[in-house]
Amino acid sequence: MVVGSVAAIGAGLAAIGAGIGIGQIGKGAVEGIARQPEAANEIRSNMIVAAAFVEAVALFAVVVALLGNG
Amino acid sequence: MEYKTLIFKFLESIQISTFAYNFSLNLFKFKGIITIFAPNFEIFMALKPIKSLLALCLSLLLLSSSTKVWANETVAATKEHANAEEGAFNVTETILDHIKDDHSWHIWGHTSLHLPVILYTSKGVEVFSSSKFLDEHHAPAIYKGNFDYKIVEGKTKIVNTAGEVDKEASKQLWDFSITKNVASLFVSVFIMLTVLLTAAGAYKKTGIKSAPKGVQSLMEPIVLFVRDEVAIPNIGAKRHGKYMPFLLTIFFLVLTNNFLGLVPFFPGGANVSGNIAFTMTLAVCVFIVVNLSANKSYWEHIFWMPGMHWSMKLFLAPIELIGVFTKPISLMIRLFANITAGHILVLSLICLIFIFKTVFASAIAVPFAVFIGMIELLVAFLQAYIFTMLSAMYIGMATEEHAHDEHKELAHH
Repeated sequence: MVVGSVAAIGAGLAAIGAGIGIGQIGKGAVEGIARQPEAANEIRSNMIVAAAFVEAVALFAVVVALLGNG
Repeated sequence: MEYKTLIFKFLESIQISTFAYNFSLNLFKFKGIITIFAPNFEIFMALKPIKSLLALCLSLLLLSSSTKVWANETVAATKEHANAEEGAFNVTETILDHIKDDHSWHIWGHTSLHLPVILYTSKGVEVFSSSKFLDEHHAPAIYKGNFDYKIVEGKTKIVNTAGEVDKEASKQLWDFSITKNVASLFVSVFIMLTVLLTAAGAYKKTGIKSAPKGVQSLMEPIVLFVRDEVAIPNIGAKRHGKYMPFLLTIFFLVLTNNFLGLVPFFPGGANVSGNIAFTMTLAVCVFIVVNLSANKSYWEHIFWMPGMHWSMKLFLAPIELIGVFTKPISLMIRLFANITAGHILVLSLICLIFIFKTVFASAIAVPFAVFIGMIELLVAFLQAYIFTMLSAMYIGMATEEHAHDEHKELAHH
């Protein structure tokens, strides 16, 4: 029971980190597109790749949390 | 016209190669639906007054059909649990049971496809159906072959006469069984061969000068996407040709298995790309290709970083060396974690119905599961793209010719 809760806290912390990261990426991308609408496509694809990197780190944490749980 | 010869070459290599796998129809179905609905959208907007009514009808329909299905499943599940173990519904166990590899493939209701078990022991090869591991009450049983076999925590083990696991003998046991994941891989091989050979045949017949038709027009944009958005920007226009077959194979393999994993019923549903062994195999392939194609300057940048003080060079060498291994490892974990997390998310939402023990929970759970499913469609494509792009990037880094080397050469002249 205790192990489960600690793992859940870990997963929650990872979610906070990923939330901040993806938020920053989205902010940067929207600002970039607002400044240069003609570069929107390029910015969008780069944004998605960067977001996937951030998300992956959060998912590493989720996997570790799951392993800790099981 | 160069790209068409390229596609032709690629398709031909696929035809020869047994490493050729798959390709997913789902993306095109998905895209097709969008393009079919797009022109009708304006008509749809004109019907604004009844739009909300339509939405209500649709959600009611969804609700009624889904509750029916889940209600049946609840009965089945409770019965099963009453038989197997008298206890509460265990969410973690159920979810992990759905995402792990298995010897049988669930088709519908109580019907499962029992896949063959292939074992290699000191007494030779042995093949039998996995249904032998279950007795008539669907409880785990011992199969008596050359040895006595039993499944312990998902793995086949040799047991002694008392029914305990014989650890020494089990070490000699090699399990080559066609499990659910392997069977699913065969399905994706079949899909990919069907689609790609059709396209390849069409190129052979009509040549590369005429406009693409049918499956060709589905294939060409994807192949061009991998070439123009992935290979050329990362590897470079000069060298990308050599690596295109590899990148396309990885892309289609990951894409098809991701999509097949999202299909909730029989030919799909296996968690292939969410299996760490599968992603590890892909990552090892990338590791081999990257390091075999690496040039001198790549290794120089790892072991003796140019333009640094010697103490810094000593400090950087181990870090860079670790980087050689962490790159494929991160590829492996990224794909595994993303796909597994997606499966767990959908399953957890469905499990809400069983946690609340009421069919009305499906009013929330099912729309959410559909929503997450839509996001997972995007993730499935995105992960295939990212895996391919990062592989291309690593290959690009390994084969790059550095500008400052040229400067040095210029200085010498």
